[in-house]
Amino acid sequence: MRKLPNRTQSRVFNRRAALMGLGQAGLTLALAGRLYYLQVLQADKYKLLADENRINLRLLPPSRGLIYDRFGLPLADNYPNYRAMLVAEQTEDLARTLADFAEIVPITERERAKIMKELSRNRPFTPIPVKEDLDWEQVSRVEINLPDLPGISIEVDQKRVYPFGGIAAHLLGYVSAPNEKDIEGDKDPLLSLPGIRIGKNGLERQYESPLRGQAGQSELEVNSVGRVIRELARDEGTPGKDLVTSLDIGLQQFVQQRLSAEFSGAAVIMDIYNGDILAMASTPTYDPSAFYRGLSPAEWQQLTSDEYHPLTNKAIAGQFAPGSTFKIATTIAAQQVGVTPAFNVFCPGYYTLGNMRFHCWKKEGHGHVDMPGAIQHSCDVFFYELARTIGIDAIAVAAKELGLGDVAGLDLPGEKPGVIPNRAWKKAALGQTWHPGETLINAIGQGFVLATPLQLCVMTARVANGGYAVKPHLFKANEPPKADGPSPYPKLNLQQSWFDVVKDGMDRVCNNQRGTAYASRITIPGMEMAGKTGSAQVRRITMAERATGVRKNEDVPWRQRDHALFVAFAPVHEPRYACAVVIEHGGGGARYAGPICRDMLIETQRRDPARRNPNNEGGRREMP
Amino acid sequence: MGLGPQLGVSARNRMTWRDKVAQISWPMIFLIGCIASIGFAMLYSAAHLSADPWMDRQAARFAVGLAMMFAVAMVDLRMLMRLVYPLYFVSVLLLVWVDFAGEIGMGAQRWIDLGVVQLQPSEIMKITLVLTLARYFHGLSYEDVGRPLSLVVPTVLVLLPAALVLKQPDLGTAGMLMMVAAAMFVVVGVRWWKFALVLAMGMGVAYYAWNSPVILHDYQKARIMTFMDPESDLQGTGYHITQSKIALGSGGVWGKGFGLGTQSHLDFLPERQTDFIFTMYAEEFGMVGGLVLLGLFVLLVAYGVVIAVRCKSQFGRLLAYGLSFNLFCYFFINTAMVMGLIPVVGVPLPLISYGGTVMMTVMIGFGLVLSVNIHRDQKIGRRLGNEDA
Repeated sequence: MRKLPNRTQSRVFNRRAALMGLGQAGLTLALAGRLYYLQVLQADKYKLLADENRINLRLLPPSRGLIYDRFGLPLADNYPNYRAMLVAEQTEDLARTLADFAEIVPITERERAKIMKELSRNRPFTPIPVKEDLDWEQVSRVEINLPDLPGISIEVDQKRVYPFGGIAAHLLGYVSAPNEKDIEGDKDPLLSLPGIRIGKNGLERQYESPLRGQAGQSELEVNSVGRVIRELARDEGTPGKDLVTSLDIGLQQFVQQRLSAEFSGAAVIMDIYNGDILAMASTPTYDPSAFYRGLSPAEWQQLTSDEYHPLTNKAIAGQFAPGSTFKIATTIAAQQVGVTPAFNVFCPGYYTLGNMRFHCWKKEGHGHVDMPGAIQHSCDVFFYELARTIGIDAIAVAAKELGLGDVAGLDLPGEKPGVIPNRAWKKAALGQTWHPGETLINAIGQGFVLATPLQLCVMTARVANGGYAVKPHLFKANEPPKADGPSPYPKLNLQQSWFDVVKDGMDRVCNNQRGTAYASRITIPGMEMAGKTGSAQVRRITMAERATGVRKNEDVPWRQRDHALFVAFAPVHEPRYACAVVIEHGGGGARYAGPICRDMLIETQRRDPARRNPNNEGGRREMP
Repeated sequence: MGLGPQLGVSARNRMTWRDKVAQISWPMIFLIGCIASIGFAMLYSAAHLSADPWMDRQAARFAVGLAMMFAVAMVDLRMLMRLVYPLYFVSVLLLVWVDFAGEIGMGAQRWIDLGVVQLQPSEIMKITLVLTLARYFHGLSYEDVGRPLSLVVPTVLVLLPAALVLKQPDLGTAGMLMMVAAAMFVVVGVRWWKFALVLAMGMGVAYYAWNSPVILHDYQKARIMTFMDPESDLQGTGYHITQSKIALGSGGVWGKGFGLGTQSHLDFLPERQTDFIFTMYAEEFGMVGGLVLLGLFVLLVAYGVVIAVRCKSQFGRLLAYGLSFNLFCYFFINTAMVMGLIPVVGVPLPLISYGGTVMMTVMIGFGLVLSVNIHRDQKIGRRLGNEDA
């Protein structure tokens, strides 16, 4: 009788178990459907995500291109930088390892603090730099003791070195860590690499893009905490291209050292045919390596507050009144508007315009002077009369043809344009009409006229090469044209004979006993130079001072002394080199700038970099 | 399904060892072996192709588990019934103990350290509760089941351990206990309307609690929301489930190959040797491998249900069914959770996930199912000892 309910129980059980089974089957089908959805329908999406998870791209910095002088000597080089690295998880006693390491290579308190900060900021498997720039002895001592220094390893990367230090600092510039602005303006992912340095000035900045090269890439498999498991692929990237400059570092060294006796000044030497800058110096200079390791605030303060502005490349960014060197431009301008070389002026020592009196530098006057004679004697009165005749606008036209009043287009950042005034310029810049007296002043390179030493050198080169629009450059010209061959530059809209007059005058400046720079002439046969002096007045000489006698430059404070200028080319009859020297507040051009220019041109011709075959010097790598 | 020759009534109640061994269900053991082997392989892979530290220990536990399974399979159902209530009492005591003195593991108190072994009483309770409910319902007729009052005792028997487990807090196990119990309530014939009533009441309480600021603070609600939708919390649980889905999806149809799962081997996948081992398996063996494993589990569950259906006694029937349903809950909750279908609760994949207590209890469970099969023709009276029933 109890069997009935028992059978009911089993019937109910079977029915309900079957129902449950249906439900269970449904749920299991849902699982299978979910697997299908994830592993078939969405598989591609998740495969991508899995790869994003596991693959970490790491940039490999390319080695920076080197900078060479024209003969293949490295001016900016990469040296190996041996660094001691520490991996925290590889040592059981971090403090002990550091202490043992410090016994081999001393660690300062500041360095220790930095190490500790880096250690706490990074994961234990990330290598932390402990000490940079180890020397060979330190490296070997660390290597020998490696078994006792768990976690320490030696790593090599590169550091930028300027073997010639401050010799070409203004030209090479320097590299340092990119700042926020650099990163903003440049989307190259390389800039985000710690330790990366980019060109901040000079050639390093000008040729940053080719020098930098293309970052390589390492495809790393990493785990969830970023530990590298293995390298999947590697692309070494493209190293930066080397740059061969037109510089002759030997000459550069001479020029820089010759200038270093002066407080402040600049000199430029160039090839008048192909525009190669052979040397360009600005004094005082600085050590570019300091920027690589990073300047301390005190060092930076000292560099920026120095009254002689060591950081400025005065050869391209120093704008000086050209003084009498500008008479070269005035002479060309006069001939351009039809004045003949025979134009003759009597110089009584002063010149009167209206009720104004303009003085010649020679109180007693020069008597009768013609055009070459006026250059030879640098007779101010002659040029006053010439200027009054032709007007300021004509002078400006010729000056611009000769390369003044606008940037020369040198491949170096920071070039200043100078000023070549005319009526329109004064109206625009000052809102005033031109005064006739200003024509006179500006014709002798005073007043508004400003030029950089580079521009003066270019002007001299264009005179010396007979009127070709040579442009200066620091990359080395591939095929240096022969001096007698056709110039690679277009002819200026000026006649050869006009330049002959100027060259004759400049020859007489140096090589005529009564020339203003006869004392600074080159006496070595075949190397004689032709030049033009300039002394740019920076203070106003009052009537009273004129009456009692103008004070000598040596008697006034440095800031009030004249700028001493000298431009020259050599050799005088077959010119190849042009040189411009500006000594800021140096005094008279003939007396102070002349000898410097002479020495430089002697050295230049002795070395004769334009004609020496650079390929024979070996070791040079070409920049395509 | 070759369940052995029919035996006479007297022989049914007094079986020799030989009879019992002959009744062991080898296909079921074969299925268990297959699944466990997959587990060993995955633990080997999880340790970056090394038996140490997981596979060797898991294999040893499996060996012990097999021995225990065979031993339990031999135990007479009537003898078992006598042990049920004391066992339940001890299990509840262990749960109480772990609530107050347990080791913290996985952010919850689940373990008792016995020196040599660590015990997880909540896992033991999964077996004990099935035994207890089977024992209790064995004593009721279908008509008894229909009386609401007779459901009071089993409800208390379920809620007490469930509450203790929930306190640990181990939502997954508590949920599983309730689900298995509910399934047993279903198959003994509790009327459907009673389930509907309980469900409606539960929803009402939940609704009230959700909208009452006294019961649930906002931050608690936020935690519940995160629990329900883990992908909204990308740093915590959401990270785990997202990585698990990436692992599964990137496995594709055929998988990345044994030992080649990038998500698991590069540590993106959390808990790859325990709760998320199915993900690792499906990453390395793809959808095909995943379906094969699900199929094996389904077969094992179905096998248990068939044994239950064939059993003559209500106790054996409910025991086999409850344990099979328990197995179903295990693999369903675990796989659904790693696939992102349900919230992440700490439920391991039986026979595969690394873990001692689960291996032991699951193997004992199989032993009990085998025992039900061996003793399926035993007649057991409503009151124990009345063999003529």
